[in-house]
Amino acid sequence: MPYGRCVPVIEIDNLTKQFPGVTALDRLTVEVGTGVTGLVGANGAGKSTLIKILLGLSGATSGDARVLGMDAATEGPTIRQRVGYMPEHDCLPGDMSATEFVVHMARMSGLPPNAARERTADTLRHVGLYEERYRPIGGYSTGMKQRVKLAQGLVHDPELVFLDEPTNGLDPVGRDDMLDLIRRIHTEFGISVLVASHLLGELERICDNVVVIDAGVLLRASSVAEFTRASEQLAVEVTADWDEVADGLVQAGLGIEQEGHLIVVNVADDITYDIVRDTVADMNVGIVRIEPRRHRIAEVFAGGEADVAA
Amino acid sequence: MSQPDAAPAGVIHDIGYRGYQGDRLGRSGIRFALFTHSLRGVFGLGRSGRSKVIPFGLVGVMLLPAVIIAAIVIIGGGVGPVSTPAYAQYAGQLTAATWIFVAVQAPQAVSLDMRFGTLPLYMSRPLTRGDYVVAKIAALTGGVFLLIATPILILYLGAVFAELPLGENSAAAGWAILGAVLYSAMFSGIGLLIASLTSRRGFGIAAIITVLALSYVIVSSMQGAIGHGMGEERLAGWLGLFSPNTLLDGVQVWAFDAGSSSVLPVPDGAGPVFLLVTLLVIGGSYAALAARYRKVRL
Repeated sequence: MPYGRCVPVIEIDNLTKQFPGVTALDRLTVEVGTGVTGLVGANGAGKSTLIKILLGLSGATSGDARVLGMDAATEGPTIRQRVGYMPEHDCLPGDMSATEFVVHMARMSGLPPNAARERTADTLRHVGLYEERYRPIGGYSTGMKQRVKLAQGLVHDPELVFLDEPTNGLDPVGRDDMLDLIRRIHTEFGISVLVASHLLGELERICDNVVVIDAGVLLRASSVAEFTRASEQLAVEVTADWDEVADGLVQAGLGIEQEGHLIVVNVADDITYDIVRDTVADMNVGIVRIEPRRHRIAEVFAGGEADVAA
Repeated sequence: MSQPDAAPAGVIHDIGYRGYQGDRLGRSGIRFALFTHSLRGVFGLGRSGRSKVIPFGLVGVMLLPAVIIAAIVIIGGGVGPVSTPAYAQYAGQLTAATWIFVAVQAPQAVSLDMRFGTLPLYMSRPLTRGDYVVAKIAALTGGVFLLIATPILILYLGAVFAELPLGENSAAAGWAILGAVLYSAMFSGIGLLIASLTSRRGFGIAAIITVLALSYVIVSSMQGAIGHGMGEERLAGWLGLFSPNTLLDGVQVWAFDAGSSSVLPVPDGAGPVFLLVTLLVIGGSYAALAARYRKVRL
C-alpha cells in the first residue's frame, strides 16, 4: 500500500531475508516517501536487518529494495554516498575527540579536507555539541554520544538518513531533545528520515508516516494522522458510581471499556465529548478528568493483526 | 584591541542549516584518506598524547644508534679508514624495536575499530571491505617502512658526508631499503592478521610479540643446538625458514650479499627458497586478512 506524499525514497518489493533457521524478513512490500517515517517493531522484528539491506551491506534472499531510485543489491556504494546511518550500538572511539572523529567520518564519505572541517563544525553545532567537542568521546554522557553518532550520519549532507533506535539509553529529557532534533532533520535540514524504534509512542510525535513490522511481516503502513484518528479514545475518571456511569454511557450510545475505575470511551466525533459531559452531569457525579488517550503499542499490534486478517 | 565600527560586537548570526553542494571524492579518494588517517594513527597522531609515547619512543630507539654511527663515521672518516656501515643488518640488529612497534600499532590500526564498533560506520560509506583492508595494510606497512628506512638513510647520509666510496655505499644502502620493504610488508601482514582476530588490544599485542619474538628465539636456539652443537650446519640453516627474522635475513644475505645477523648463514642454494617463502608469507597474510574481513560481522 503506497502512501507517502511525494516520490518514494525507499521502495521495497517482496523482500525476503533468511538466516539459517530464521526468517528475518518475509515477503515485505512497502514504500516510504519523503519526510520522517517511523519503522516500528518489537526487538527482533527485522528493523536492523532491513536497514542493512537498504544500505547494500547485506544481500536479500529474494525480492528487491530500491533506495533513492537505486538498487540496493548492486548500487550499494552510490547509495551509501547519499545516505547517512546512525547504528543502534556503540560505534565511537573513546580516545578521539568528537571533532576529529566527525571530520574523519566526513572524509570517509568523500568530503575534501576543508569541507569536512567546515561541515563538522556546522553539524556538531546543529546537534548541540559545543565546547565539549574537543574532549575525548570516552568521557561523554550517553546523550552526548548519541549526538555524535547522529552528527557523523549527517555530516556529509545526505538526502536520506537511517536512524536505528536513536533514543536508546537516554533519560526522558535527553529523549525529548533527540526527538526534537530528529524532527528538525526533516523540517529544517530537508533530509528524509527513516527512524527505527520499538516505541511507537515516541515515533508518533515526530513521524509523518509509520511502518509497523513484526517478525519480518508488514503489519501496517499509514500516515500518523490516520493512525491517531482510528484509535482516538477518551479516558474518563469520575468521583463515584463508576459502574452506573459506565452503564449510562453505554445507554447513550457510546462504545466503552472499563479499566478499574477508569472508563475508556471511543471517540466517534466531536459530539462524544458533550455526551460524556452531559451523561455524567445528569447522574450528579463529579468528573475528575477527561483526557485524550493515546494508543499503546500493544493495541496497535492487535489492531494491525486484525487489519491483516481482515 | 580596537573594535570595528560597523559590526556590533557579540552578535551571533544563526545562518541555519546549510547543505553541501561541493565535490565528493570517489572510492579511491576515500581509500587514500583512510590510508593517511591510519598512517597518522600508526604514529599516534590525531590520537591522545599517550598514544604517541610508544611509537615515538621506538622511533628514537631506532634512530639513536644510526645517528651515533653516522657521527662516528663522519668524525672517524677524518682520522683514518672507516668501513662501510652495515645497512642491511641494521633492521635485524634492532629488530626488537620493530617487533614492539608492530605489536602495539597493528592492534591500534584494526582492533580498535572492532572494539569500538566503528567498522559498521566505515561500511555504511562508499568504501568496500576490500578497500578498508588495502588502506590498513598500506598504512601499517608505510609506518614500519619509515621506522626501518629512516635510520638506513641517516647511515647513508653519514657515509656521504664522510666521503666514503659513493657507489659502494649507494648500492648497499639501496639494497637495504629494498630489504626494509620486505621487512615492513611481512611484519605488517602478520601483525594485522593477528590483530584482526581480536578486538582486545592487549591480546593482539601479546600474540604478535609471541609470534614474532618467540619464533625467532626458538629458531635461533635450535639453530645453535643443531648447527654448532651437533655440527649439522646445513640442516640448521634451513630452520631459518621458520621465523620471520631469520627468513628475511636469509633473503638479504642471498640476494643483496649482505652480512648476516642470524646465528647461522643460509645454506648454499637455499636463497631462492627463502625468497619464495617470504613472498608466500606476505601474500598469504594479505589474502587471509582480506578473507577475514569478508566474513567479519557488522
